[in-house]
Amino acid sequence: MSERRSSQALKEFISETEEILGGLNLDVVRLADSLETGESDPDLINGIFRGAHSIKGLAGMFGFDDLAQLAHSMENLLDGLRLGRVPFSQQLVDTLFAAIDGLVRLVNGKSDDEQFTFDLTPILEQIGSAAAAAAETAADPLTRLGIDAAILNVLTEYEEHRLLENVRKGRRIYLVKVDFDLSCFDQELAELTDHLKARGEVISTLPSVGDSGDRISFQILFGSECETSEVRTLAGRDDLQLTLCGDVRPEPVSAGPVALAQEPPAVGEAGTASPEPLAEEAGGTVRSISRTVRVDIDKLDLLMNIVGELVLSKGAIANIADQLRSNGVAELGAELSKATRGLERRLDELQKGVMDVRMVPVGQLFEKMTRIVRRVSNEQGKKVALDIRGAETELDKLIIEDVSDPLMHIIRNAIDHGLETPEERLAVGKSEKGSIRLWASQKGNHVVIEVHDDGRGIDPAAVRRKAVARGLVRPDQELSLDEIYDLLFMPGFSTRDEVSDLSGRGVGMDVVKNNIAELSGMIEIKSDVGGGTSMIITLPITLAIIKALIVRIREKTYAIPINSVLETLMLDSAMIRTIECREVIELRETTIPLLRLNSVFGLQRTAADAATAPQDERLFVAIVGLADKRIGFVVDELLGQQDVVIKSLGKTLSFVKGIAGAAELGNQQTILVLDVAGLIGEALRSESSLHV
Amino acid sequence: MTQKILIAEDSPTMRSLIVSTISAMGDYEIIEAANGFEALRILPREKVDLIITDINMPDINGLELVSFIRNNENYRQTPLFIISTEGSERDREKGLALGANAYLVKPFAPDRLQALIREYLS
Repeated sequence: MSERRSSQALKEFISETEEILGGLNLDVVRLADSLETGESDPDLINGIFRGAHSIKGLAGMFGFDDLAQLAHSMENLLDGLRLGRVPFSQQLVDTLFAAIDGLVRLVNGKSDDEQFTFDLTPILEQIGSAAAAAAETAADPLTRLGIDAAILNVLTEYEEHRLLENVRKGRRIYLVKVDFDLSCFDQELAELTDHLKARGEVISTLPSVGDSGDRISFQILFGSECETSEVRTLAGRDDLQLTLCGDVRPEPVSAGPVALAQEPPAVGEAGTASPEPLAEEAGGTVRSISRTVRVDIDKLDLLMNIVGELVLSKGAIANIADQLRSNGVAELGAELSKATRGLERRLDELQKGVMDVRMVPVGQLFEKMTRIVRRVSNEQGKKVALDIRGAETELDKLIIEDVSDPLMHIIRNAIDHGLETPEERLAVGKSEKGSIRLWASQKGNHVVIEVHDDGRGIDPAAVRRKAVARGLVRPDQELSLDEIYDLLFMPGFSTRDEVSDLSGRGVGMDVVKNNIAELSGMIEIKSDVGGGTSMIITLPITLAIIKALIVRIREKTYAIPINSVLETLMLDSAMIRTIECREVIELRETTIPLLRLNSVFGLQRTAADAATAPQDERLFVAIVGLADKRIGFVVDELLGQQDVVIKSLGKTLSFVKGIAGAAELGNQQTILVLDVAGLIGEALRSESSLHV
Repeated sequence: MTQKILIAEDSPTMRSLIVSTISAMGDYEIIEAANGFEALRILPREKVDLIITDINMPDINGLELVSFIRNNENYRQTPLFIISTEGSERDREKGLALGANAYLVKPFAPDRLQALIREYLS
């Protein structure tokens, strides 16, 4: 079965790579066309760079080292071109064609036989020499600007690139020196840069010590079309020094980082370089074949919010329709109801569509992790095989971004502290090479990411000893295995005297846990001494808009995200049993602890409530679950299901326990959304504290 | 007297990871700056014993901060580490050339950071 899945994955890989290669080929043909003018389109170069980069990532995930290596060296060459270190020449174009040919040959070969490869040395050498030869001949365009080395030295590679871009566009580069009072420099500086940005680009801002202790000066590198006098007016202040750096203006062909270098074509694959007669008028037909658009996630958030608001408006209209029907305008009311249902269906589709756009495969995230695994394992002198599965599992882009730091640290810990050194592994009869599994899978409305190492595992006795020594638990305290693992997530578990052994796992694990909790996710540990450790992260697929179960607790209304509600029950209070001071119910031979939300939130029973609801009332219980944890929330009434858009409570209220955010109901009422993961954690913790 | 460590890092996650790594070592006073400007404001007010900075920050970059610190009489001798994302070799070289005492790549190894802190603050 796994063979079939891998052959399916390979097929997808081949088709995606072929698609990218097709695009690359066209792009390089277009690039070759622009050799005549010597002006290459930076977007085109960036596109080719990204193509090579994607192939590298894909190939790396499939373990096709030859393909990854070739794509990588091609990417390097393009990076040089992009950053102006490599001149734009016939030799370069020829080399790019040769590289693409090599990639095509490898991909075609691998579609028949995964093991296919051929000697890449000639192509790699050609690429290497194009990059190296070029680096020597290319004059550093930055030195011609006459900018002080002190400033050039603090530019990050990206800022250098921006500077070059500005030069390439023929903008003037200004050095603006200004100084401010230390107490309010940021507002004044922001004001100044805002003014400047209106007519150009602020490339870099270098602070330096002011004339006196309470002043601070800045040197701002500014690229703009404007004349010196215009910049002065633009800045809106006269206390600044303005210098025009070098004269980089009209030098259309020979200047600029991507100037045409007249060099003989390289030997080898030069034949492929003759550009197809894609004349300017035919240019329209070879426009980007890419069918993807990069979109700022904020724009999607905005769309999602609008969809959310529309859903609320629809709810309001449905209310009006109901009122019409009950107020004797039955016919109109029914019409309106019908129209509303039509609207509802379309809104559903719209919502699904927008959601779909936000979804990206976790493969993007895993690709980053492959680099980290490689680097950390080299650093530690450990041999690691990375096994990635479920890279196609989709997750909200925002969650992918936010989970990447925690995941990175979990993987680092797994290699640092989980895996043994090759010698240690051999000594205990394991294979020299450790294995890290990075698996993702979808489980209902959640995505589970598992990081497993086959290392030494976590010794519960050692953790316990340590926690006792730190005063985190009492020596006589009974702890279940899960509770022991939970100690690893406690702040301050790790200490300086034992950083090198298992305690290292504790460093930052509390932060990792909090970060995952902020995403309404959960992290669990499973470990087997000598056999390895699994860190299992469960995350909701999206956070933007959710279906919620609306419940009443005393007079307050709350929302429970429906993706964590397994079922709802109405039960007699007689069915509740008490075990070790905990209320539980038996449900299909499982004991489920109950959590009375009224006591969690300190809501008192009102006199009216007490009158209408005697002690032996019927209770409503929402069974919620996350990963393999189950718990029943006791509430006073189940009010129904509704789509809600969760809004964060903001930093000031982030300390409030048990609440994930606020949501608006259709009738302008704002309600609080329960933090299921937090409440489950809290409930299980208080359970353990009762084990005295 | 408790030694003070200034952390300039715009990512709250990374900042808290650094803080938790340092807190695990014992008694240091940690001052957090969410960007370069905050760091610039804190420096003259507090006598810090060690500075840890990111490279890519929204206002000034970490290299600029390093340059500022190394060109300033008051902080010239203060140990300074850069912690940056898997970045370019050039950024690393520049950082060290400007006078940073160490360059760590995210995800940094906690014990490596702890060892460095011990080395420079003993």
